Amino acid sequence: MIQESDDVIVKAVARLLVPFIVVYALYVVMHGHYSPGGGFQGGVILAASFVLLGVSHGLEKTRRRMSEKAARVVSSIGVLLYGGIGALCLILGGNYLDYAKLGKILRVTPAEARSLGILGVEIGVALAVMAVMCTVFFAIFTAEESPEDYRSVE
Amino acid sequence: MKILSLIAGVLMGAALIYGSLDMPKWGDPHSPASTHVSPYYLQHSIEHAATPNVVTTVLADYRGYDTLGETTVVFTAGMACLLLLGKRRKRQGK
Repeated sequence: MIQESDDVIVKAVARLLVPFIVVYALYVVMHGHYSPGGGFQGGVILAASFVLLGVSHGLEKTRRRMSEKAARVVSSIGVLLYGGIGALCLILGGNYLDYAKLGKILRVTPAEARSLGILGVEIGVALAVMAVMCTVFFAIFTAEESPEDYRSVE
Repeated sequence: MKILSLIAGVLMGAALIYGSLDMPKWGDPHSPASTHVSPYYLQHSIEHAATPNVVTTVLADYRGYDTLGETTVVFTAGMACLLLLGKRRKRQGK
């Protein structure tokens, strides 16, 4: 279990950095169409902001923003979003993950619909990766929470 | 026994290296991979998906199934991690 840091500098710098990391992560996800980046990279950067918050401000304060249960739910939602967009294309009369068919409900040309479909699945990937990273982070850092276990190992 | 496995490993490695000699050179424009789908993706990415980044188009559109599988792998790995490490926390409740 990580305790809140005593160092004012560490806490202040982390508090300053976290919003910028989140904005940068969103930029990486959204700008994947034009530059290197996308769901996987953006999701990991987004998770890094939570890890920084956890390391500097302790797990308790991080849990208030992203609980273990929320992380589990969000990771499922991410995969569901990806699969759901694929299934939606199926319902609209195309093949699975044939985003061009999304143009029927979005009222755009097939090429733009594919672009938006890519953005949709990238957001799904980003949510899943971010939540899985947070889940792993919490799982690893709360595993040592049991003092009895620890003493018996020593 | 150790010498035998060493010989087997060296033989296997030599066979693999011999097999890789037949592969096309790195970045060879005349290799089969570069003459069929790659030019097609590079030429039609913009008109098909209105996305300048071809890598993104290939990753999420042309090879969408692959990325769905990757996301599922990440998700499954996270859940497996949770199952393995969650067990220890239950014992602590005793």
